Amino acid sequence: MAAVKETIETVQKLETYEHGFVSDIEMEYAPKGLSADIVRFISAKKNEPEWMLEYRLAAFERWQSMDEPDWAKVEYQKVDYQDLYYYAAPKPKAKLNSLDEVDPELLAVYAKLGIPLKEQEVLAGVASAPKYAVDAVFDSVSVVTTFKDELKKSGVIFCAISEALREYPDLVRQYLGSVVPVSDNYFAALNAAVFSDGSFVYVPPGVRCPMELSTYFRINAENTGQFERTLIIADKGAYVSYLEGCTAPMRDENQLHAAVVELVALDDAEIKYSTVQNWYPGDAEGKGGIYNFVTKRADCRGARSKVSWTQVETGSAVTWKYPSCILRGDESVGEFYSIAVTNGMQQADTGTKMIHLGKNTRSRIISKGVSAGKSSNTYRGLVSAHAKAGGSRNFTQCDSLLIGKTCAAHTVPYVESDTATAQFEHEATTTRLSEDQLFYAMQRGLSQEEAVALLVNGFVRDVLQELPMEFAVEAQKLVAISLEGSVG
Amino acid sequence: MLSIENLTVFVDTKTILKGLNLNVPAGEVHAIMGPNGAGKSTLGYTLAGRPNYEVAQGAVDFNGEDLLEMEVHERAAAGLYLSFQYPLEIPGVPALTFIRTALNAQRKLRGEDEMSAPEFLKTTRELAKTLKIDMDMLKRPLNVGFSGGEKKRMEVLQMALLKPKFLILDETDSGLDIDALKVVSDGVNALRAPDRGMLVITHYQRLLDHIKPDRIHILVDGKIVHSGGPELALELEAHGYDRYLGEAA
Repeated sequence: MAAVKETIETVQKLETYEHGFVSDIEMEYAPKGLSADIVRFISAKKNEPEWMLEYRLAAFERWQSMDEPDWAKVEYQKVDYQDLYYYAAPKPKAKLNSLDEVDPELLAVYAKLGIPLKEQEVLAGVASAPKYAVDAVFDSVSVVTTFKDELKKSGVIFCAISEALREYPDLVRQYLGSVVPVSDNYFAALNAAVFSDGSFVYVPPGVRCPMELSTYFRINAENTGQFERTLIIADKGAYVSYLEGCTAPMRDENQLHAAVVELVALDDAEIKYSTVQNWYPGDAEGKGGIYNFVTKRADCRGARSKVSWTQVETGSAVTWKYPSCILRGDESVGEFYSIAVTNGMQQADTGTKMIHLGKNTRSRIISKGVSAGKSSNTYRGLVSAHAKAGGSRNFTQCDSLLIGKTCAAHTVPYVESDTATAQFEHEATTTRLSEDQLFYAMQRGLSQEEAVALLVNGFVRDVLQELPMEFAVEAQKLVAISLEGSVG
Repeated sequence: MLSIENLTVFVDTKTILKGLNLNVPAGEVHAIMGPNGAGKSTLGYTLAGRPNYEVAQGAVDFNGEDLLEMEVHERAAAGLYLSFQYPLEIPGVPALTFIRTALNAQRKLRGEDEMSAPEFLKTTRELAKTLKIDMDMLKRPLNVGFSGGEKKRMEVLQMALLKPKFLILDETDSGLDIDALKVVSDGVNALRAPDRGMLVITHYQRLLDHIKPDRIHILVDGKIVHSGGPELALELEAHGYDRYLGEAA
């Protein structure tokens, strides 16, 4: 209830994209454009092992031979890949040993972002704040990771992937690209060639990660692509819950964000991955905003492993994103809970793939799409069962809510089964936000925007409940803010 | 308290209310009775400010304020409550959340402090008990899958919590069995107060056995054609609306 109240207050307080400020931080860039030399530059900057450079160069070569995908229901001005910076990093003042040495201006950026208070306190080093480990990625580099030492005591590795490449090269080499291979798709190949940072998590066998892990991505620099790479491994019987948040300044040009996230869950392991994506969506006319072209995939490699994706997508001009699960291990479980809100001129083509390979595997998809303004919101999903995936089950529910008369919602489900014993269920609904419901809520005292926020939050409630508590509140606010002015 | 003068309202292109006059002083309960299609519900919706109910002419004074100039939620905060004939289902929003959000939104608009969660729960629990509403029901999404009687009891619970100055009950008896009718009427009667006015819209006399009006107005073809005391209800019950139908023409 308090959350609803807060939602309403936030709606009243905010008029525009809250995170749209630009920070003046001294930066270091690689020359504009993309070539093998730039790939070498990035690799050298990171002091990477030789095999990593080769991996990148191979990916770059592969990327050059590929075409940008055009099957998604999105339209956008093609990216000029030679007109981007592929590396932008805040100039380091010195080698950092603790949070105290982080550039205060950078800390101020994170404070200003209004990321969940606890995170903020942690970033500011308040000792009494609840434990919440954060990796803060600013443009191309990770600027700080908190609670690293504390996590290490239980054997959990949580650090920037660039650091992991130096400190734990064998572990990275074993898993990197094992879920999303270089050749997987155009953007994944590009990412493999030029990614500069991201988070790395390894939870050893039998360990339940003692705190929530979180990465906060911020694009600040102009004309800069952000290519982060996240790799999370839950070893046998391990458990970890991870959350990512994203924001960017308001700029007239489109900015490219092409991330790759790989999750590996071994026997009896569980990974819960939550995203609150709030990249700048562009202005009302569709100028500017982030191109969010992301490949996220989990490999439920071990028996009885479980991966749960939860995403709240409110930002970006164009979203192309399908967090998926390969259910390889017998009796493994994949879940996808999604809220995608589009307003203005935003376009989202998002969904999931549940690939049932092992016996008695189960998956569950709950997708809630909310479209307003002149936006387009597409759910695209694949549920498939391999011949050996006997007894596998899927339940899919796709609900679309339309606000106004100029938006669009599409549902494109693919279902394929090569076994007679799989059971797949698909339910879908499309409804318009009812004027009668709005009138009813307003008759009880809610303003139009408060009424929309309340009704939409009711519509997405099933998914909000899947988010860690603190973020559910944050997400609820975000949904309300994204829909401001959506009812005429 | 509520004073309606020469109110003409059309919906789409059809004129429904045709120069309606009505005055309900504080502390009184007035009933509007009339045949189907006379404009009874339109009157309630227009007073509440429902979109597409266009006021062509006329004025409504509500405690010295121009009601027609106010937004829907401002009317609510000013103390106008419409109990719906068919209360809407609000999926995903627990009844408690809905009511508390509404209550605090009204308070905020009036510049009052919010009601604290413990105080709200305590008050709600007591009122729910008198209306025979289970607390578990209040944790479910408002009105979703509720029976007709449950929805109406929920309307009464909301009015009891929101404490409006003026109540409009639109066919509150429809869909109620005799036991539910008693519970709902008792709930409404408990709200009768010297500083509160009520307008009871009903087709049948039955409801007025339970909620006794001070005045009864007969609405035919968009106009009040006759007004009288409580005895008018019995007369209508015996003879129907026929003798009034001619008067409107």
